[in-house]
Amino acid sequence: MKTLKGIGASPGVAIGKVLMLDSEEMSISRREIKDSMIPKEIARFEEALTKTRAEILSIRDKISQEIGKEHGDIFNAHLLVIEDRALVEEVIGKIKKDKLTCDYIFSQVLKKYVQSFLKIDDEYLRERVSDINDVGRRVIRHLVGWQRTSLSDLKEKVIVVAYDISPSDTAVMNRKNVIGFATDIGGRTSHTAIMAKSLEIPAVVGLESVTRQLRDGDKVIIDGVNGIMIVNPGPAEIQKYREQIVHYEEINKSLKKLKGLLCITKDGRRVELSANIELPDEVVSVISHGADGIGLYRTEFLYMNRVGLPSEEQQYQAYKKVVQKITPKPVIIRTFDLGGDKFLSHLEMPHEMNPFLGWRAIRFCLARPDIFKVQLRAILRASVHGKLRLMYPMISGLSELKQANKMLQDAKGELRSKRIAFDEQMEVGAMIEIPSAALTCDLLASEVDFFSIGTNDLIQYALAVDRINEKIAYLYEPAHPAVLRLIKTVIETGHAKNIWVGMCGEMAGDPILTPVLLGLGLDEISTSPLMLPEIKKIIRSISYEEAKEIARHALSFSTGVEVVHYLKSKYTEIVVHPKRKHK
Amino acid sequence: MIKKKLTIKNPQGLHARPASIFVRIANKFESDVTVKKGVEKVNGKSIMGLLALAASEGSVVDIEVSGPDSEQAMKELESFLMNDKDEDYENA
Repeated sequence: MKTLKGIGASPGVAIGKVLMLDSEEMSISRREIKDSMIPKEIARFEEALTKTRAEILSIRDKISQEIGKEHGDIFNAHLLVIEDRALVEEVIGKIKKDKLTCDYIFSQVLKKYVQSFLKIDDEYLRERVSDINDVGRRVIRHLVGWQRTSLSDLKEKVIVVAYDISPSDTAVMNRKNVIGFATDIGGRTSHTAIMAKSLEIPAVVGLESVTRQLRDGDKVIIDGVNGIMIVNPGPAEIQKYREQIVHYEEINKSLKKLKGLLCITKDGRRVELSANIELPDEVVSVISHGADGIGLYRTEFLYMNRVGLPSEEQQYQAYKKVVQKITPKPVIIRTFDLGGDKFLSHLEMPHEMNPFLGWRAIRFCLARPDIFKVQLRAILRASVHGKLRLMYPMISGLSELKQANKMLQDAKGELRSKRIAFDEQMEVGAMIEIPSAALTCDLLASEVDFFSIGTNDLIQYALAVDRINEKIAYLYEPAHPAVLRLIKTVIETGHAKNIWVGMCGEMAGDPILTPVLLGLGLDEISTSPLMLPEIKKIIRSISYEEAKEIARHALSFSTGVEVVHYLKSKYTEIVVHPKRKHK
Repeated sequence: MIKKKLTIKNPQGLHARPASIFVRIANKFESDVTVKKGVEKVNGKSIMGLLALAASEGSVVDIEVSGPDSEQAMKELESFLMNDKDEDYENA
C-alpha cells in the first residue's frame, strides 16, 4: 500500500481500477531514412498535419456546442501551432537535410520551441507549452498510428489516470463509467479540476509522477477532498472509504428530500444558502442542489487558457447565461482576482516574492481601468437579465473601495451615454478577506450594500500562514479565536450599519462550523453546491437561539483546538444523535 | 526589401492576441516577413517565432518585408502595430 499526495480538485471518493490514458512522454527513436524515402516522409508528415487539423476542428466544434464557446477557444490556439509556417518548414527542411524520420525530427523541433518558451519567465508562454505538447502528441499519434485510449467506449467503471486530461478527452467521455480522475500536473483551477467539479467526479491533480507509478488495472482509492490517492489499499482503508462513499450517497438521497425545503432554523430564521461557481455550466448543479442563489461566481476562468483578453461582449454573454439560468434567484459576480502576471508580459512584471500580498485583484484593476472597466460594463449589461450583485475582491481599506465605486460610476456613465440599459438598483458588495478590511468594516459599510467574508484569504492573512506550505499547515485554523473574533466583528458591524453579511470560502462549507456561523448572525452562506444539502440539514435541525448560545460558548475558548473539539461534540448532538438532546 | 523600425505600443507586447493578429496579417501576403529584436530574428509568419521573441511594450523591432506585395504588406503590418493599443479586447 502506498499513499500519494496531490491536490484535491473535486470532492468525493472513488474506489476502483486504474485506466491509464497516457504517460508523460512518448518515446520516439532516431531512425535514418534513404534519399528515395524523403518525398514519402514529407508527404507522411503533411498528411499527419492535415488529419490533426481536422481532428482539432471537430473537437473544437463539439466542445463549443456541448460545453460552451469559451472552452472551444483553447483549440484555436492549438490550430495556430500546426498552421505555423516556420515550424512546418523547419521540419520539412530537416527531413531533407538530416535524412531522419519525420516523427523524430518533428518531436525534436517541438522540444526546441518548448525549451525556448520555458526559458522565458512568463505565465502565458508556459500555458502555450501545454498547448504545444498537446498538439505535438496528437500529430505524433497520427504519425505512429497509435490510438490514445478513448474515454468514449468504456466497458467498466474506471479511474482515469493521465499526465493531464485535456478538454478533448472529457468532451467524448462516457460519463457513466468514469468514476474519478488523477493527474500528474494541474492545480485547483486547471482544466481537469474545473471539468471534474462541473461533472461532479472526484479528482486529485498535481500528483507529479503518478503515471510512472501505476499500471492499467491497479486498484486505487482517490479522495478528492483531501487530495490523496491510495495505491493498492488494504482492507481497512477500503472499508473506511466505502463508509465515506455511503455517507456521500446518503447526503445525495437527503438532497432530494431537502431540495424543495427552505433553509430556515427551527425558530424561523431564514438564511440564504447559495453556491460558488466558476463556470456558467455549473448553474445546473447549483439548481439541482436546491441553492437559493449563487453567492460567488468567480470570473477568473474567463481570462485563462485563452489567447488575448475576453471582450466585453464575450464576458456579457457568459454573465448573461448565468443570470438568466438562475433568475429569479440572485447571483453575486466577483470581479476578477488575478495578478498582473496574467495580463502583462514578463518584462513589465516584476517577479513577486509574495504574490498573495502582491499586485493582484482590485489592486491590479484600479491600476488598469482599461481592463477593469470592460468587465464592469459587461456585468452591468448583464444585470438587466435578472438579479445580479457585484462584488470587489481584496479590498483592504476605504480609499480602494471608493476608487472602485468611482470606476463603476464611470462605467455606468459610459453605458448611459450610449443608451444601454442596466439595473440601476444593482447591489454592490465588498469581499472581506483582509484583516484591515475586517477591522475597518464600519467605514466600508457606508459604501456598499453587503459584505461577503472570504475566509480562505482572511485566515491566511490573519494567522500569517501560507496554506500551501505543508510544514505550517497545522497553523491554518479556521476556528482560531482570532478568526472567529474577526468574523463576529464584521457581522455585528454590518448589521449595525444595516447591511447584510454573507460568507463564501471553504469555511462556509464545513458542517462542523455551521452552528457557530449561524449563531454569529450570518445572513448568507455560500459554498460548493455539493455541500449545500448537509449545511441545510444542520440549519433546519437547530434553532437560532441554540446557535447563538453555541457561538457564545465557542468564543469563550482560548485555542482553536478546543473550539473544534466543542463544535464536533455539538455537531454529533445536532445531526447524529438528535434524540439524545434534553430539550 | 522594405525595412522599418517600429516601437511596440500594445501593453501586452507583441504577444498573445497581438502576435496572432500580426501573424494572420503577414500570412495574407506572398512576401517574406522577418521581425528582428536585437540580434534575434524570427519569421513574421510564425506564431511560435514571434512568441519566442517576447517583444514587450516599448521594445523596438525591425520589420523586414521582401517580395512582390511587400509595400502593401508593410503598410498593413505597420498600421496594425501603430494603432493596436488594446482598447478593444476582441479575441484573436
